[in-house]
Amino acid sequence: MKYVDEYRTAEGGIAYREAIARLVTRPWTIMEVCGGQTHTIARFGIEDLLPDAVSLLHGPGCPVCVTPVEAIDRAVSIASHSGVVFCSYGDMLRVPGSDRDLLAVKATGGDVRVVYSPLDAIELARRIPDRHVVFFAVGFETTAPGHAMAVLQAHRSGLTNFSVLVSHVLVPAALERILSAPQRRVQGFLAAGHVCAIMGIAEYEPISRRHRVPIVVTGFEPMDILQGIHMAITQLEAGRAEVENQYGRAVRREGNAHARAAIDEVFEVGSRAWRGIGTIPRSGLRLRPKYAAFDAEQRFDVAEVQGRESPDCVAGLVLQGLKKPSECPAFASRCTPDAPLGATMVSGEGACAVHFRYRRHA
Amino acid sequence: MCLAIPGEVLTVDSGDLRTGRVSFGGVVKVICLEYVPEAQPGDYVLAHAGFAIARVSEEHARSVHSYLAEIETTP
Repeated sequence: MKYVDEYRTAEGGIAYREAIARLVTRPWTIMEVCGGQTHTIARFGIEDLLPDAVSLLHGPGCPVCVTPVEAIDRAVSIASHSGVVFCSYGDMLRVPGSDRDLLAVKATGGDVRVVYSPLDAIELARRIPDRHVVFFAVGFETTAPGHAMAVLQAHRSGLTNFSVLVSHVLVPAALERILSAPQRRVQGFLAAGHVCAIMGIAEYEPISRRHRVPIVVTGFEPMDILQGIHMAITQLEAGRAEVENQYGRAVRREGNAHARAAIDEVFEVGSRAWRGIGTIPRSGLRLRPKYAAFDAEQRFDVAEVQGRESPDCVAGLVLQGLKKPSECPAFASRCTPDAPLGATMVSGEGACAVHFRYRRHA
Repeated sequence: MCLAIPGEVLTVDSGDLRTGRVSFGGVVKVICLEYVPEAQPGDYVLAHAGFAIARVSEEHARSVHSYLAEIETTP
């Protein structure tokens, strides 16, 4: 496939292995922010191409992992209503809630459906006017324009049997939190390319300056990741801390103005709880009051929910780069993808699940 | 979840929303093109959850290769 295969060559990997080894004079720790990047790194064995002095830490950029347990409990509660068709991206179905997950709701007769796009849920609501369709709007900035468009479409066409359960998170606030931790290990970031395709790169500049940390906006193919690492280490070795853009084929400095306008029309920034990390100010999106009619949380009165986490799960420390999955005593014993204790063991982008699948025996 | 896949725009269709048929290595899907109004047939877009989020810049796509060529020749 064009724009895929050409960034996956073995020769490129070998060339970067040598180029990065030539560059490094001391240990560096770099965090890839996005779970999609984590997946590429594990799948293509990128850590094996790096000198021992370079460590990669997996970041919090996995929506499945950071959606708070209370949001899963709200989803489970709403999906259990008769008359509701609950639509979700597939990877949210197995995320453990306090008592059960969405798949268990489906198994006991709930109408839980996997959709590819939020517009599929809109289409479904139009086809079955006697049922109420709820879409589980989780994700980072990349996913927000699609959710905004779904709400706008419902609003314009006067749909009354559609609502969204919103649990949206924003990357910059999470980076601030990671950089402010006293035991911080991260010295440079590979920022999430598709988030920046929407939002642009300007909001990372004050973070880079304030914390003196290089931030390289990076893509998702092996050559992208290796170039991003090379660019970050080049900065670190030179004592520079700037925002650079490796992923120019998708990311413009200003992002996507049309998508940003739609997000801004439908959502406002607010504080948000992150699973395993806690509540972070200005780290999420919620519906503006103008679109309250589409807010499933209000419609089903599920705002007040108390979640319970497994006491054995250290996912919060993993998401902040403070622990590696293999440093958890439950890893691959009491916690596996078939029986996950926490969300990081569920998604194909979750640090623990990726480590289990590709690096367990490394 | 923020996965986005490059595909070639085959057609642009205006209806309720601006959509288009986009080919991902031969697999064709209808994708919403509202956020890339500049995209025309023949262009490549990055599609995420049914929405094109960016038009792929050919010029910048090549820079990944030129960066590597440059550092390989740097001693």
